[in-house]
Amino acid sequence: MDPHPDLTASVIRGLGWFYLLMAAMNAFWTIRVFKTGTYYESVAGFKHIPKAAPWAIFTALLFMVGAVQVRFDSDPADFVLKLPVVFKDLVDVVIANPISYFALSMVIFVAMIWLRRWWTKPTVAWILLNFAMLFLCVSMTDYDFRQIVGKPDNVPIVGMLFLVGFFTWLYFSKSVENDRRIAAGEPKIEDEQSEQVLVWPDLVYTEMICMLLLTALLIAWGIALQAPLEEPASAVKTPNPSKAPWYFLGLQEMLVYYDPWMAGVVLPSVILVGLMAIPYIDFNPKGNGYYTFDERKFSIITFLFGFLPLWVGMIVLGTFIRGPNWNMFGPYEYWDVHKLEVLNNIDLSQMFWVDWLGKPLPKPDPNASFWMQAGTIILREWLGFALILGYLFLLPPLLAVTVFRKFFIKMGFLRFMVLANLILLMGALPLKMALRWAFTLKYIVSIPEWFFNI
Amino acid sequence: MTVGEYIRESQIWRSIFRHPAPYDRRNRAVVILTNFFLHLHPVSVKQGGIALSYTWCMGGVTFFLFLVETLTGVLLMFYYRPTLEWAFTDIRALRDVTTLGIMREIHRWGAHAMVITVWLHMYRVFLTGSYKPPREFNWVVGVLLLVLTLLLSFTGYLLPWDQLAIWAITVGSNMARATPVLGHEGPGFQLLNLGGYDLITNASDARFLLLGSRFVGEETLNRFYILHCVAIPLVVATLIAIHFWRVRKDGGISQPL
Ligand code: HEM
Repeated sequence: MDPHPDLTASVIRGLGWFYLLMAAMNAFWTIRVFKTGTYYESVAGFKHIPKAAPWAIFTALLFMVGAVQVRFDSDPADFVLKLPVVFKDLVDVVIANPISYFALSMVIFVAMIWLRRWWTKPTVAWILLNFAMLFLCVSMTDYDFRQIVGKPDNVPIVGMLFLVGFFTWLYFSKSVENDRRIAAGEPKIEDEQSEQVLVWPDLVYTEMICMLLLTALLIAWGIALQAPLEEPASAVKTPNPSKAPWYFLGLQEMLVYYDPWMAGVVLPSVILVGLMAIPYIDFNPKGNGYYTFDERKFSIITFLFGFLPLWVGMIVLGTFIRGPNWNMFGPYEYWDVHKLEVLNNIDLSQMFWVDWLGKPLPKPDPNASFWMQAGTIILREWLGFALILGYLFLLPPLLAVTVFRKFFIKMGFLRFMVLANLILLMGALPLKMALRWAFTLKYIVSIPEWFFNI
Repeated sequence: MTVGEYIRESQIWRSIFRHPAPYDRRNRAVVILTNFFLHLHPVSVKQGGIALSYTWCMGGVTFFLFLVETLTGVLLMFYYRPTLEWAFTDIRALRDVTTLGIMREIHRWGAHAMVITVWLHMYRVFLTGSYKPPREFNWVVGVLLLVLTLLLSFTGYLLPWDQLAIWAITVGSNMARATPVLGHEGPGFQLLNLGGYDLITNASDARFLLLGSRFVGEETLNRFYILHCVAIPLVVATLIAIHFWRVRKDGGISQPL
């Protein structure tokens, strides 16, 4: 028998329940649409078709698929509802490559903001949700996908993705509505709820129900999914890959592009200081206490960029895509320890001295005094130093008199410098990625003698 | 007189709750003011401030999860001994033989959930601009809570003492080795030296401080156990108290001005 069976009868039955859940959700949706009493004028010659009709058909289909699968007891090899190999291969190729992975996440990010009026429409959002769930469901028929997504510690991350998606939708749909109202001079959604209510019962009961539901959820989750316990710790058996806890995988991903002192110490500290600085550098008084996009475009886009593609996106990458030897694997790809990825990245100093000038790299003389050696090292790395100093110290004033002129005038010198440096440091990550991909650049400044590589 | 009324009229009940049942407007206010647990709340709020679609209830859920973690954590402490000899076996016993072993599942999934909800809470606070004056400082307190929540999770990850645990902590704490100046593989560690002898070595650097040893071992288990079960929870509880107090003092949950 195949030791890695794509499908077993119990998986098929489990997915059956998932389809039934989707059928139930779509049944509610069908009723909701039906109650609006809206019609298509004419479809293929038929007049006056309720808009709920396609949803009813979809629900019925889901229900049938679910019912059949729940009672499945024939040979799993005969099961048909799975992904075509062509599709899997295509997804693997796109996802297992850092360039296309980030390009894709940027496309989604831009589309999310650009098309916000369109995708927040309830029908569109509902269709997107259905797509996401179907995708998950059909993908689960793949052995490798199931291996990685079904790991007990990874299940919460799948849940998180749905939650982040939902709340992002909620934010955009509320702010699209509010922005429309603000433009039309109408009161905002939040303004309509300015009546004072008593905390008992209005809030206390909500809290009570929340607590009960959560308790039930945690107990059910605890029964359904056992907490992981692997073999006893052994200091000599290093697992491959060795991963930090999932919430730190974004930081671990930065290790690909930066040395530990940057990725593990400096950049996390910058993230924290940056977060704490937000209230003191955001000088825009608007958008306090209500949802809006138009009134605070800059700060929202910056934050969403940091949170969605950089933080959540890199956690997904680190958890689901990074496999043995920290290579990238597509979601349907077997984690092969022998997969080879050619790394021939070179340092900027190498490029400058050897490739461009055709000279050997200046080498510090080990017998010379410390200052002589330091001088040689700095000469060797001067271009990198110049670039970094320029990036951190010349760019901010340059920005202040050009694109960010208005900001600079309103914020004053200190605030603006903090803002500019934080944004530049956040941008340093995608920038280094791009440099790596475009020029196979390893380090901008490379001083292994001092553990100082950037 | 119904049974409920009888109980409510009894001396015992009234000695505990100090006020009549909250059926009318006056007593609904009094109940909030005189009950220790409820007095975290104001008596009345703006409807929009407690709308689920506005707050997402994520701060409250995070707090509730913190309470769940405290409760299940204390129960787990009755079973678990943080030594190389017992740590792993005790956890396995929780899975295989202990009656309420599901406490471990609830504790672990609750911890994952808390990390997620604290992010979502921050997400909501940002998107509603609720960090703007006068709530700047409470946002800072919040960021500290975020870090501490992650550290709680991180220190707890080691305790089962299985392969997953020690290697995740090894990978995570290896970063400390590279701390500038204070890590023995960090840039500038040579700066701290005395007459040519480096003060920062693998037995005296930032990583050693964290692990209590040069690698993840028994001392680390002890250190992480105390951080996880005592030190960090105490700080978090204090900060949560400040956080809630500031929510009230800053004028309640933010609403359009
Ligand atoms: C252990 C972690 C935390 C707990 C238990 C907690 C709890 C709460 C609760 C219950 C509220 C009331 C409103 C609501 O539920 O949304 C609140 C408000 C607030 N939280 Fe947190 N929080 C935590 C972490 C954070 C973090 C990470 C941040 C931001 C970085 C933050 C910033 C704020 C701010 C600024 C408010 C006032 C919001 C408003 O007035 O609308 N908190 N917090």
